[in-house]
Amino acid sequence: MVSELINANPTVYEKKERRVRITPADVDEYAVELIDQLEIFDILSDYCIDIKDPEHPYSLEELKVITEDAIELDAKRNYVRVTFTPTVEHCSMATVIGLCLRVKLMRSLPSRFKVSPLSCVNKQLNDKERVAAALENPNLVDMVDECLGPSYE
Amino acid sequence: MNLFDGSYELKEIQRLEGHTDRVWGLAWNPTTGADGVPAVLASCSGDKTVRIWQQSPLTGSFDCKAVLEETQTRTIRSCAWSPSGKLLATASFDATTAIWEHIGDDFECVSTLEGHENEVKSVSWNASGSLLASCGRDKSVWIWEVLPGNEFDCVSVLQGHTQDVKMVQWHPSMDVLFSCGYDNTIKVWAEDGDDDWSCVQTLGESNNGHSSTVWALSFNASGDKMVTCSDDLTIKIWGTDIIAMQSGDGNATWSHLCTLSGYHDRTIFSVHWSREGIIATGAADDAIRLFVENKDGLVDGPTCKLFLKKDKAHDMDVNSVQWSYSVLQLDMVYAITCTEYGPENAANLFGSPEQNNPDNRLLASASDDGMVKIWKLTSLP
Repeated sequence: MVSELINANPTVYEKKERRVRITPADVDEYAVELIDQLEIFDILSDYCIDIKDPEHPYSLEELKVITEDAIELDAKRNYVRVTFTPTVEHCSMATVIGLCLRVKLMRSLPSRFKVSPLSCVNKQLNDKERVAAALENPNLVDMVDECLGPSYE
Repeated sequence: MNLFDGSYELKEIQRLEGHTDRVWGLAWNPTTGADGVPAVLASCSGDKTVRIWQQSPLTGSFDCKAVLEETQTRTIRSCAWSPSGKLLATASFDATTAIWEHIGDDFECVSTLEGHENEVKSVSWNASGSLLASCGRDKSVWIWEVLPGNEFDCVSVLQGHTQDVKMVQWHPSMDVLFSCGYDNTIKVWAEDGDDDWSCVQTLGESNNGHSSTVWALSFNASGDKMVTCSDDLTIKIWGTDIIAMQSGDGNATWSHLCTLSGYHDRTIFSVHWSREGIIATGAADDAIRLFVENKDGLVDGPTCKLFLKKDKAHDMDVNSVQWSYSVLQLDMVYAITCTEYGPENAANLFGSPEQNNPDNRLLASASDDGMVKIWKLTSLP
């Protein structure tokens, strides 16, 4: 697939300090489990996305592929929209990143959530039939799994 | 009084559980559900199986009668019964279309159609059952001739779509084929009398068409209107001059009649027009909507009105909605028509309720939640 790095020298940004999440004292245990923007950001940002090069151990956050602001959450309707910016405008890479984001969120969030990754390859990533077909391709699944593997912290 | 006063509901009758992955497609066997023949429904899934559900004549509940498996190796995206109800065609992401025959109590795969380069997404039989169409990600539409002995001969490979083709559907009475897809268009294909098939019309954005993927299309009973649904969150109604079309007039083109928007807030995957004129839609917002034609809107031409909303019909995306074929729920439509247009007009349109076998018109829906649901349209007490 990707034989060489598309962006060999990405700009690396510092990780932002996490704001502390405030948990209300009287949590209603019967309420639907609350998920906020920060949690989604946490799920996504800790994963190294650079597939081919283990020497590129940067997270999506460090590469500013995603930022917390780029996550829109409609808690009422369970809609999650993640706008991501590939380090270079190269759509083949954007597809893989988008697929990884989508799969990661599909695996991490309760199934009631509707996930839409947004970028230049928008339409493909939001065509769930294409995503379903892609995820039946073992090579692509390996690539996604590798990409979602343990981070290099 | 009108039918929008909430006096109807879509009542869930049964949940059909068994699939272990998302359910993509549904097909009612057109020869069942009337004259004492129990209704039969096929469902196909990401779990690579097709399930055949049969309604018990005693209890009215559906049981899984057969599981068709170990033939296609990837997601089975759609299925379609031949008009005779004897054959079931299934389209798979493994690039094949399988033909299953109902033999005794069993379903046997009697033919496998190969030719598409990759995912096959939809199959459709023509009205007489002599032709089968398939389409897929390779942007092509194939037409197969059905020969004796379960032989299938490819008679045409139609190129024209610029992106993957989501659905093919034959016209309900004529050998004219419709396809729609990721390139936002609907294409009309016809034969020139010399076994050559070609695209005779493309309905795109410039014809008041859709601005994103067109996922599905369906025809009304008389075949002079078509409804399409899209990722652009709209539903569009198209019309043609059916007389001109039947006479083989090349100018019998389809034109946009109206657009319904604001009823779903995520991709609309499925649309189905019932014989009596009720349009059902299913979407990624987990909801089902029903629309009826608004026949009094003569000033602005024909329009459609939302008549029933079913939020949270499923826990996840609704991929398919299908009205059962044979047993017409005419009592319901009669009641609706009475309310809207008066009893005289209703009797003209549908006959009196006594003349019709009441009840039992069912809607089936399939979802990413792995469930198939059976619904019945009922009036509230």
